[in-house]
Amino acid sequence: MSATRDIAVVATAQSPAIRKDERRNEVEILMPVVHDLREKAGLTQEDIGFTVSGSCDYLQGQAFAFVTALDAIGPWPPIDESHVEMDGAWALYEAWTRLQYGDIDTALVYSFGKSSPGDIRRILTLQLDPYYLVPLWPDTIAMAALQARALLDSDGVTERDLAEVVARSRKNAKDNPNAQLKGDVDVEALLKEPEYLSPLRKHDCPPITDGAAAVILAAGDRAREVTDRPAWIRGIDHRIEPHSLGVRDLTDSPSTRKAAEEAGVGNGKVDIAELHAPFSHQEIILKRALGLGDDVNVNPSGGALASNAVMAAGLLRIIECADRIMSGQANRAVAHATSGPALQQNLVAVLEGDN
Amino acid sequence: MPERVAITGVGQTKYDTARPDHSIAGLCREAAIRALEDAGVTWNDIDAVVIGKAPDMFEGVVMPELYLADALGATGKPMMRVHTAGSVGGSTALVAAGLVKTGIHKRVLTVAFEKQSESNAMWALSMRIPFQPALVAGAGGYFAPHIRSYIRRSNAPDHIGILVAVKDRKNALKNPYAHLHLEDISYEKVAESMMIWDPLRYLESCPSSDGACAMVLSSEDAVTGDRAPAWFAGSAMRSEATQFAGRDQVNPQAGKDCAKEVYRQAGITDPRREIDVAEIYVPFSWYEPMWMENLAFAPEGEGWKMTDEGATAMDGDMPINPSGGVLSSNPIGASGMIRYAEAAMQIREQAGEHQIDGVRTAMGHAYGGGAQFYSMCILTKEKP
Amino acid sequence: MSVTEEEPQGTIVERPIRLDYDYTAGTAQSRFLKGIAQGKILGEKCPVCGKVYVGSRGSCPTDGVATGGEIEVPSKGTLTTFCVVNVQFAGQSVEVPYASGYILCDGADIPLMGLVQEVPIEEVRMGLRVEAVWADELGPTLNSIKYWKPTGEPDADYETYRHHL
Repeated sequence: MSATRDIAVVATAQSPAIRKDERRNEVEILMPVVHDLREKAGLTQEDIGFTVSGSCDYLQGQAFAFVTALDAIGPWPPIDESHVEMDGAWALYEAWTRLQYGDIDTALVYSFGKSSPGDIRRILTLQLDPYYLVPLWPDTIAMAALQARALLDSDGVTERDLAEVVARSRKNAKDNPNAQLKGDVDVEALLKEPEYLSPLRKHDCPPITDGAAAVILAAGDRAREVTDRPAWIRGIDHRIEPHSLGVRDLTDSPSTRKAAEEAGVGNGKVDIAELHAPFSHQEIILKRALGLGDDVNVNPSGGALASNAVMAAGLLRIIECADRIMSGQANRAVAHATSGPALQQNLVAVLEGDN
Repeated sequence: MPERVAITGVGQTKYDTARPDHSIAGLCREAAIRALEDAGVTWNDIDAVVIGKAPDMFEGVVMPELYLADALGATGKPMMRVHTAGSVGGSTALVAAGLVKTGIHKRVLTVAFEKQSESNAMWALSMRIPFQPALVAGAGGYFAPHIRSYIRRSNAPDHIGILVAVKDRKNALKNPYAHLHLEDISYEKVAESMMIWDPLRYLESCPSSDGACAMVLSSEDAVTGDRAPAWFAGSAMRSEATQFAGRDQVNPQAGKDCAKEVYRQAGITDPRREIDVAEIYVPFSWYEPMWMENLAFAPEGEGWKMTDEGATAMDGDMPINPSGGVLSSNPIGASGMIRYAEAAMQIREQAGEHQIDGVRTAMGHAYGGGAQFYSMCILTKEKP
Repeated sequence: MSVTEEEPQGTIVERPIRLDYDYTAGTAQSRFLKGIAQGKILGEKCPVCGKVYVGSRGSCPTDGVATGGEIEVPSKGTLTTFCVVNVQFAGQSVEVPYASGYILCDGADIPLMGLVQEVPIEEVRMGLRVEAVWADELGPTLNSIKYWKPTGEPDADYETYRHHL
């Protein structure tokens, strides 16, 4: 990777995660987030060089769903703008690439999604091979359950380990005003819960969330004009694995490992890591693939087990890392985002403050 | 310092109403393999894959990059999927080009596709929104009123759209990949065809096609193949909202701004003279004269004269869509990239029977949504 | 990879998909639809540019700020442009042929989409002055406006609507 321009996250904003927003549509959830963001950064839309979003038509139940979201941005005069039908983390990747051209210094990245209107489990089933897999209608929880079973049957991971991930997530989420599921939960109590889709219990699965999130990226000196303590993106990379669960070792995440290598995770001490693990067992897999020791504070925000605004959840991991760096709570962080069944595709970013 | 970006390989599928001989993966591979072969490289020589397509409702597959990773040799590599509505074929190519321009990757495969026979394109284009009556009947139904506005504004004679429809279908007869090969196309046939959305006739409208288009993009030091590449001399995207007070629906500002920017980058001051051929997104006949004005090939109100005089024909001074254009093949997600690929083919003298002589500068153009998303490029024979 | 005569063609599998969604119109659209249920066409103003958005989605598309207020516009206006649909499509709610287009209500800065009836199709024209014909029973849906019919007034001057094309 020879892109050389220093790019940082200089401002972030997110909506409080809720189970179901019955009053507002996607644009109305996004609008205050974008306003809040631009206000924090002290920038207007005309100051922004490039705008890119991540969202999913099928999640919204509408073709071209991302188009109306532009109203929240106010694209006038016409803007340099793009969109990926992927989690906002990949929209951020496109923005990071765009800033490397060198002709502009700022970019706005946003993502949004309401998981409450449709049947998210069935919607995500449509991500699968349309000829061989979809006709069986295995849903996203079933795919994750297959992976969890493989992990539990392999070396030394127990149901207790999964419950501990959940307990830690809920506890950390207590300090996150935007998180949805938070509180002190007892591991023993979790283990007494019945299986939901074996071997997963309901709490091993992510909540259903409506939400939106956005960041502003800035390059070099421009970043320092916007904030005293930019969260520099020292490395960012993403990789995809084969689609079929049958040809992958579900207990590992080689694409995460490769992306981590390319992003330079191992080049320094990691203070915090935000891992996009919608299922508890996936946090264990990802932590290993990233080579993170027990000294790393994993998912201080509560992670995707605490709030899971699909299409924004990956971007939110980058946001939660950036926020803690910008506030001085951490100096070097690893953010991870995932897409597809059972961790098929993964993105890793290393963020660092100025020390 | 931005790297130069070369198009070293181009591949297209035969476009047709349906391609039941291939799965979605197979269709994409048909184009991708042709592009790889044209570039003289293999899957292993590709560092990253960027795919693009229009709404997933056209096939009923959500986020198809996940399903296609294996088929497109992307496993172990970065893979992205762009979606900017109808302009997506173009913006996908630009996102891919960006990865090379910035030095992040040396060689990128980009594929744009639509296998819209697998779902129902008309339904996906006119999905019912609750609390509102379903009045807009497909894309044509959306654009026809704005065509009427253009005709009124410019006082263009009624037959201009017919001329475009005939020209593009006759051009398509020289393009083996084109969907529509209407051997007996004629002015009379088009004029007599049914007015689906008055003022737009059936034969003035694009078909619904399955198809894929692929390109191999390389940095200067990674150029391969037997044929000289086409170089990106300019690239830009611009967007505006679908509807806002005082919006010019006929000559949208975003299109004008996008064209201005690519001309600026490529050092073009007189587009009509300096561009030798343009592949532009014309899904409905009248969009040719409208885009002539939007792209500053003609002054406002006079785009129709270019069509009327034959300036946009293959033997005219500003050939438009020698491939037959979107009017002859429209796999929606691919159409933008097909424009770029055909422009590259003109530069690289690969266009066979529809080759324009002596092309040194070509334009690729794509638009999408309510004529609100634009993605354009200028390609040159000489290194920029 | 070409298909030879010996190789079988791909097989087609028909796979129905059914997905149900709870649709939220949103606060701005809900205000508009509630107005419709009372036989009113409501607009909201952008605090920055001052334009009146009828059927606002809550945000001014050029300034990206929330529109507000409640401005009632008459259910009468000018047909700016239109097309005549001659072919029936799946899911279409009206019988063909029909004219549908954009109606700029007096005082509004963006048009509403609507059906034009009670006029011979060949007499539908840009600039036609039209008024809404409401359904007998009103509800929070744009179906409460059955269609728009000519008012009988002289056509609107081109200058009055040419910037809305």
